[in-house]
Amino acid sequence: MDIVLWAALPYLMVVVLVGGTIWRYRYDQFGWTTRSSQLYESRLLRFASPLFHFGLLFVVLGHLMGLVVPQSWTAALGLSENGYHALALTLGGVAGIGTLAGIVLLIVRRRTTGPVFMATTRNDKAMYVVLVAAILAGLWVTLVFNAIERASTGGYNYRATVGPWFRSLFWFQPDVGKMTAAPVDYRIHTLIGMLLLTIFPFTRLVHAFTAPVHYLFRPYLVYRSRDAAGPRGAGASTARAWSPVGTRDRTR
Amino acid sequence: MRVMAQVGMVMNLDKCIGCHTCSVTCKQTWTNRAGMEYVWFNNVETRPGLGYPRRYEDQEKFRGGWVRTGRGKLKPRSGGRFKRLLSIFANPVLPNISDYYEPWTYDYEKLIDAPLGDDFPVARPKSLLTGEDTQITWSANWDDDLGGAPQHAPDDPVLQRMRTKANEDVRLEYEKAFMFYLPRICEHCLNPSCMASCPSGAIYKRTEDGIVLVDQDRCRGWRMCVTGCPYKKIYFNHRTGKAEKCTLCYPRIEVGLPTVCSETCVGRLRYLGLFLYDADRVGEAAATEDEQQLYPAQLDLLLDPDDDEVIAAARRDGIPEDWLAAARRSPVYRLAKTYRIALPLHPEFRTMPMVWYVPPLSPVVDVLSRTGHDGEDAGNLFGAIDTLRIPIGYLAELFTAGDPAPVASALRRLAAMRSYLRADNLGETPDESIPAAVGMTGAQLQEMYRLLAVAKYEDRYVIPTAHAEQAAQLDELGCSLETEGGPGMYGSGPFGEASGRPVPVSIETFHALRQRQESDGRSDTEHRYNLLNWDGSGRPEGMFPAPSEPPAAVERGAPGPDPGAGRPPGGHDAGESGRG
Repeated sequence: MDIVLWAALPYLMVVVLVGGTIWRYRYDQFGWTTRSSQLYESRLLRFASPLFHFGLLFVVLGHLMGLVVPQSWTAALGLSENGYHALALTLGGVAGIGTLAGIVLLIVRRRTTGPVFMATTRNDKAMYVVLVAAILAGLWVTLVFNAIERASTGGYNYRATVGPWFRSLFWFQPDVGKMTAAPVDYRIHTLIGMLLLTIFPFTRLVHAFTAPVHYLFRPYLVYRSRDAAGPRGAGASTARAWSPVGTRDRTR
Repeated sequence: MRVMAQVGMVMNLDKCIGCHTCSVTCKQTWTNRAGMEYVWFNNVETRPGLGYPRRYEDQEKFRGGWVRTGRGKLKPRSGGRFKRLLSIFANPVLPNISDYYEPWTYDYEKLIDAPLGDDFPVARPKSLLTGEDTQITWSANWDDDLGGAPQHAPDDPVLQRMRTKANEDVRLEYEKAFMFYLPRICEHCLNPSCMASCPSGAIYKRTEDGIVLVDQDRCRGWRMCVTGCPYKKIYFNHRTGKAEKCTLCYPRIEVGLPTVCSETCVGRLRYLGLFLYDADRVGEAAATEDEQQLYPAQLDLLLDPDDDEVIAAARRDGIPEDWLAAARRSPVYRLAKTYRIALPLHPEFRTMPMVWYVPPLSPVVDVLSRTGHDGEDAGNLFGAIDTLRIPIGYLAELFTAGDPAPVASALRRLAAMRSYLRADNLGETPDESIPAAVGMTGAQLQEMYRLLAVAKYEDRYVIPTAHAEQAAQLDELGCSLETEGGPGMYGSGPFGEASGRPVPVSIETFHALRQRQESDGRSDTEHRYNLLNWDGSGRPEGMFPAPSEPPAAVERGAPGPDPGAGRPPGGHDAGESGRG
């Protein structure tokens, strides 16, 4: 069981994530969008959306820090375990709470603003459940679980268990033992995280993969020849991107 | 010099009667889809008025277009690249749906379903965004014909600008008001700021004909272009989450047909043709320091298609011979540069717009006639143009960043044409001092008159076709039903609405027609016929009421749930040939 969870599932997740993303990029360029609802409502969004997104960016950075960088490296920089944890707790806590507050506001907005709710698909709703669960579980281990542990043992050091397991995945020798030694709270958070990454390519979250960083480096004006088909999906040579026609009145 | 061709349009505002036919036919062609209910690629505004979306010209609020920085460079008014990326999670200056209007339909079913009673049943307005009952408070042309002008017109950004600039008191009492219509489409600018603000780089200008398009596959819905466009002619499709804009009907232009708005214009006020321009100098011209010099700078970009040097350069840059020939016959070039009577809309936005306007003389003529003067006498007209500061000032704010001279000059030429030709028409000896007074000859005025008043279809629309060697790529010709996922690619893909493989335009049109004919919904309407789609051949069933005693000779299908009934023979034909 442990081997399935901590040695097989991660690879399955990566296969689905990468394969699914490639497949969707080829098959569904037209559906690849933020599906922004700002047109309907912007007062709440103006505040909540940056809160959520910037919070999430820092959360992702924090995960990279915690999982990729070995403890020995930060120690070599003169950062003690306690110091590191204090840093992670404050920065991670702030980012995490910001993310949570942002997504709660966004979901409240989604539910209470008529047009936004109408534009919410079942796919979106399922994704929100997983996303919120991952954030909640993450905040739980960072803030609550750690605080309790801290009171008794001085904080749980996940960089001794989860971190090495994560890195071991990259050289295909998953250190299952390290992960099973971690508290169940961490394992639950990891599982939810893997679920989120598995469904990632099939939800609207994909827009994150096309974050327009190249905008910083391209000229303002774009010329393109009519003949240049541009990077379209495979096999979609003559296809044009339009939604199905015929305004059906949106009666419920 | 790098010569590029641009399909441009000129609209003669004197002829616009504000019938909105262009808007309606455009909507039927391009934006009759869910998610696009509020979208008008073509709209007709009454000026003075708020425009659509409301007060779109107020760039202090909407931050569209370019600004010139202290170092003489251009940057989007909404901020440079870095600032745009930082505000990507919530665009602070995106117009809200309330700046447009909440689209609605009516609950028509109630009219039929309501039980018998004393009260007449009503079709309540229902919001197309929520499906709930709604109150209609605004629409795309709510202030049409100065409706509600005492309340709304003072908010017209152009009037406000005049007021602050010249401290002019613009009278808006009904009987003293001047009014004209302004049809608007995408300007297909030479220096588009929508393109500059698109983080994905999905908006591009076609090198062959200058048409600005949104690559629907590359657009990721960051919605910065909506802010970037100062004319607010990029719309966000709220169902697909992608930006859409006027396409200048490129599938029609490619095969030499005018755009739908031009084709259906009852006033025949639109002209389509080629401009040749120097692409190398666009940035420099757009960065001209003095706003009022932007119009001359843009005029300077337009190259003379009869100039040998230009022709040689155009050949070098790969412009085909038939395009050069079309450029020499271009009505838009003549109106804009030869006669100088067409002017760009809001050059101060620095986007170098390519849909130009012949300013209307009628407000001036109206004032003259109302005061009992001869509205076609050259002297009267010239005098009026010089003294009627308010209409001229208003037009100048629209077309020349406030410089009245080019507007007055264009109007004087129009006035000269009017009185010179009247004399001609009445058999009098034309007064040659009239053309001389506006720096033209009598023959030139005659030519201009022919172009403005009697030009036929092929003179108004000089559109060279796209090249045959490129035919495989043309949308309007391709029979693409056999592509993967061909017919039946409707409804929702696996990721919600609008995901999945895109449907080619021609298939879509075919199915849209079929759907419209068949989706009347109720079973008792199955035999009704939609006149809009009748191609004139045959006598579709249900078009005329059944005779009380059906003659034996006429065969009639048995009434019943036959989905094919009520479709014209043409509909079948289209289906068969489309599939072949």
